Amino acid sequence: MSATAQAVLAVILGIFGTIALGLLFQWVDRVVTARIQWRKGPPIYQPLADIIKLMGKETVVSEAASEKIFLYAPVLGFAGLCVASVILWAAAIGPGSPVGFDLIVAVYFLVFPSVALILGASASGNPYAAVGLGREMKLIIGYELPLILAMVPPIVASGNSFRLAEIMNTRPEGALEIISYVLAALCVLAVSQAKLGVVPFDQAEAETELTGGVLLEYSGPPLALIRLVRGMLLFLLPMFIIIVFWGGVQLVGWGWLTTPLKFVAIIVVIVLMRNTNPRLRIDQALAFFWFIVTPIAVLASALSVYQHAVR
Amino acid sequence: MAVLDKLKLWGLKKAPWVYHVNTGACNNCDIEILELLTPRFDVERIGILLVPSPRHADALLVTGICTKQARPRLQEIYRQASKPCLVVCVGACACTGGIFHDAWHFAGPVDEAVREVDPDAAIIYIPGCPPKPEAMIAAVAKALQDL
Repeated sequence: MSATAQAVLAVILGIFGTIALGLLFQWVDRVVTARIQWRKGPPIYQPLADIIKLMGKETVVSEAASEKIFLYAPVLGFAGLCVASVILWAAAIGPGSPVGFDLIVAVYFLVFPSVALILGASASGNPYAAVGLGREMKLIIGYELPLILAMVPPIVASGNSFRLAEIMNTRPEGALEIISYVLAALCVLAVSQAKLGVVPFDQAEAETELTGGVLLEYSGPPLALIRLVRGMLLFLLPMFIIIVFWGGVQLVGWGWLTTPLKFVAIIVVIVLMRNTNPRLRIDQALAFFWFIVTPIAVLASALSVYQHAVR
Repeated sequence: MAVLDKLKLWGLKKAPWVYHVNTGACNNCDIEILELLTPRFDVERIGILLVPSPRHADALLVTGICTKQARPRLQEIYRQASKPCLVVCVGACACTGGIFHDAWHFAGPVDEAVREVDPDAAIIYIPGCPPKPEAMIAAVAKALQDL
C-alpha cells in the first residue's frame, strides 16, 4: 500500500470506523450492565437510535449561557478525538507513520473531550454544571500525571522512541520489564475509567447528586455529539492500551482472533469495575490517583529505567 | 426531507427518554414509576431511560395533583424541556385532581397548567391510583405509535 492510500484509509477508519465501533461498544456496555442487574438490556441499535433522536431535537440555550462557546465546545471535543483516533489507526494499519512523536500527540488529543466539556459547562451558566466542571478539572489534575508516567516503560523499552508504530512492535524483555509493563497498564486502565467518566469516577456528572453536572444544560445535537464522543472514547482507550502495552492491533493471521479478544477483555474489566463500585467522593478520587496510582506509575518507570541501565 | 423526517421519528420512537416531575404526589405513583426500571419490567429494552435533566427529556412523567406551589414550577420545567416533548399524566391525581379536586391547595389539573404554556402540547393520560406498570408501558407504546 502506498503512503497516500494508507493515510486515506487511516482517516476513514479513524472517523467512521471508530464511530461505528464506539456505538457498538456502548451497546455492549449497556447490555452487560443490564445482564449484571438481571435485566434484558436494550437492542443492538439503541446507541444509534439515541444519537439520531438527539440530532432531531431542539437545541435549548439558556439566557445565562455564553452561546458560541457553549455550542462549539462539543464540536471541539469531537474534532480533537477524531485526530487522536486517526493517529492510533495510522499506527495500527501501517508501520510508516507520517508524524514523529505521535505518542505524545495522541495522549494530548485524548484529553480534548474532557477539556471541551469543561469549556462547554463553564459557558452554560448553570451552578450544577459549575460544580461538575470543577470536579472534572480536579480529576484531570489527578489522572494526567500517572498517565504520562505510565508511558515511560514502553518508551524506554523501544529505545527512547516516541513513535506509536515502534512502541507497538516492541516486546518487553526480562522479568523486571514485564512487571513494569503490567503495572503501567493497570495505571492506564484506572485512568481510562476516569477519562470515560464512568463509576467510580463519574463525579463530574453524578446523576443522583448534580443531576447531570457538566451535561446538565446540553440538549439536542450538542448532547448527541457528547454521547458520540463518549462512545468513541470507549473504543479508543482500550485501543490505546492495546497499542502501547499489549502488542498492538495486528490484523494478520491469528491477530484476527486475538485482537478482538484483547478488546473484549479490557471492556469487560471496565464494565465490571463500573458496576461493582460506588461513586467515590472527589477528594477520595484525587487521593486514589495521587497516592496509589501515581506511586505505582513511578515504580513502573523506575523499574524499566533500572533494567535498561543494568543491561 | 421525507427520509430525514422518518429517521427523526424512528429515533423518537426507539429512544424516548423520560424526566420525572412530582407536582405533589403521595409517592405511590413515583414508586410504580421506579418499578419500571427494575429487572421485572426493564423499560431500557424499549429504549426508555430516566434522565436527570428536563433538557434531555422527550417526555415529562408528571405525578400528583398540580398544587399551587408546584404549578409555576411545572410550567417552567415544560418551558425548559427541549421540544418535541410529550407530557404524561401518571395517576388519577395528575389526570383530573382525583380525590383532591375540592382541596384548597389544588391549582387545576396538570393538562391545563401545561396548555397554558403551550396550547398544542401532546398530553397522555394514564389513570389509576396508582396505575400498574403494565398500564404505563401500554400507554407509552400507544402514544409512540400515534406520533
